[in-house]
Amino acid sequence: MTQSPHLTLSELSYYYEPGAPAALDRVSLQIPRGQFLAVLGHNGSGKSTLAKLLNGLFLPTQGSVTVSGMDTRDDARIWDIRRTAGMVFQNPDNQLVATQVYDDVAFGLENIGIPPEEMPARIDRALEMTGMSQFKQHAPHLLSGGQKQRVAIAGILAMQPEALILDEATAMLDPQGRREVLDTVLRLNREQGITVVWITHFMEEAARAQRVLVMDHGRIAMDGTPGEIFSQVDRLRELRLDVPPMTRLAHLLQERGIPISSGVLTVDDMVEEVKRLCPSCLSS
Amino acid sequence: MLRDITLGQYYPVDSPVHRLDPRTKVILTFLYIIAVFLVGNLWLYLPVAAYLAFATWMARLPAGMMLRSLRPMRVLLVITFVLNLFFFSGAQELVRIGSIVIWREGLLNALIFTFRLIFLVTGSSILTLTTAPVTLTDGLERLASPLRIIRFPAHEMAMMMTIALRFIPTLIEEADKIMKAQTARGADFETGNLMARARAMIPLLVPLFISAFRRAGDLAMAMEARCYRGGEGRTRLHQLKYGRRDALALLSMLALYLMILLPGWLA
Repeated sequence: MTQSPHLTLSELSYYYEPGAPAALDRVSLQIPRGQFLAVLGHNGSGKSTLAKLLNGLFLPTQGSVTVSGMDTRDDARIWDIRRTAGMVFQNPDNQLVATQVYDDVAFGLENIGIPPEEMPARIDRALEMTGMSQFKQHAPHLLSGGQKQRVAIAGILAMQPEALILDEATAMLDPQGRREVLDTVLRLNREQGITVVWITHFMEEAARAQRVLVMDHGRIAMDGTPGEIFSQVDRLRELRLDVPPMTRLAHLLQERGIPISSGVLTVDDMVEEVKRLCPSCLSS
Repeated sequence: MLRDITLGQYYPVDSPVHRLDPRTKVILTFLYIIAVFLVGNLWLYLPVAAYLAFATWMARLPAGMMLRSLRPMRVLLVITFVLNLFFFSGAQELVRIGSIVIWREGLLNALIFTFRLIFLVTGSSILTLTTAPVTLTDGLERLASPLRIIRFPAHEMAMMMTIALRFIPTLIEEADKIMKAQTARGADFETGNLMARARAMIPLLVPLFISAFRRAGDLAMAMEARCYRGGEGRTRLHQLKYGRRDALALLSMLALYLMILLPGWLA
């Protein structure tokens, strides 16, 4: 028996108002269970709209979205869909409800009617998985941005979701916070097998995904492994994405005939490549 | 204890009063207020004062902190005393200064009303000093939930209070940030008369309100994504349970009532 895809979009279109340009234009996409998918795109490419369609916050104008076989337009299943596909938003301040970390993680559990006796175990486990156990009693405003996002993730994990959708969850964080959140989500994907849709405009983050999707004008412009995507520097620039400086450098070197491999994103990658091509260059 | 470190006047120590069920404390405060209003004789304030002292001691609250709760009331207390003293006539003359007479009944009345205010304020401040705002909200929701029959939105009220408590520090931080940004651009928040200062608040309040509305929109969407759909079918992490302690506290209140009411019945 082959496993059906976890999240499926078929011929999905979305219009914010009738007559407005399509925010999403006949998008079809299948995301297998356990995949870490990164979605890239400049502002207004439709990537955030895509996120909100994945758990029924927005409903398709045309086409359909299914989550673990449930159609998001089915009113009777909407709460099952939302607990199956949890969502983390951009602004870490605007998604925590309670005045204490522990109580906030309980919020989702209270909403879906989990018996109070089961809550502490689930909350403790969720906090442990996100490395926030020692902040249980903290008030949210005393935490850093990265820590707040990890609390938001814990709040969703406690509901035992199968998929995690992060809508630019790192956009407002400092580099340290970005790393914390990405590492946490990568670990959850690897260890818990949770399907991840990681929406971002940072290419360095997308490079760590299994699959990268580039959105443009409400359509899928590119779809492939990070290696495949990041080797097409001209195409990415055409789509108005900021190519990381090292990727550009690698691209320019390639044009000069130097056999440097594609997919160089960071300075460390570049150091490795240079070492490989010219072992004596960096011996000191 | 990091719980609600900056909020309200909660005094975080561990005491039998702190551990009382918040519902008990709300009920006790309510009964206490009625008791204070029942007192019509200065002597009967003695049991009230004794009860208040006992509660303060049980709650491990410093006496100074209780008195401090009266400070915002000092003008009102003086006005109450003076008005009752001069504008109450009776039968027994006490002092006469020119055409102004102070009557014995006037003095007694002034004392009774002033003490009534003092006991009301200090007594009810025990509730807020010993109960964390979130716990208090929980208790109020539970107490008000029978009123849902008459469509009173008990859960919604409690949720609003919780969200307000959560966002007060965030909005204070933001106000501070906006204030600094506007000061850097030459805004002046500190000089001028009342009107000028009120007008100076506009460049602070407008961005603050806009951002609060945006936050509200974001939060609503995040709550919906976390399966929030009102109070129906919701379970609660914190279960409230009445214990022996609550029964004893209510008994102590009964004792206060007996002391206040018995003299009247016997006479």
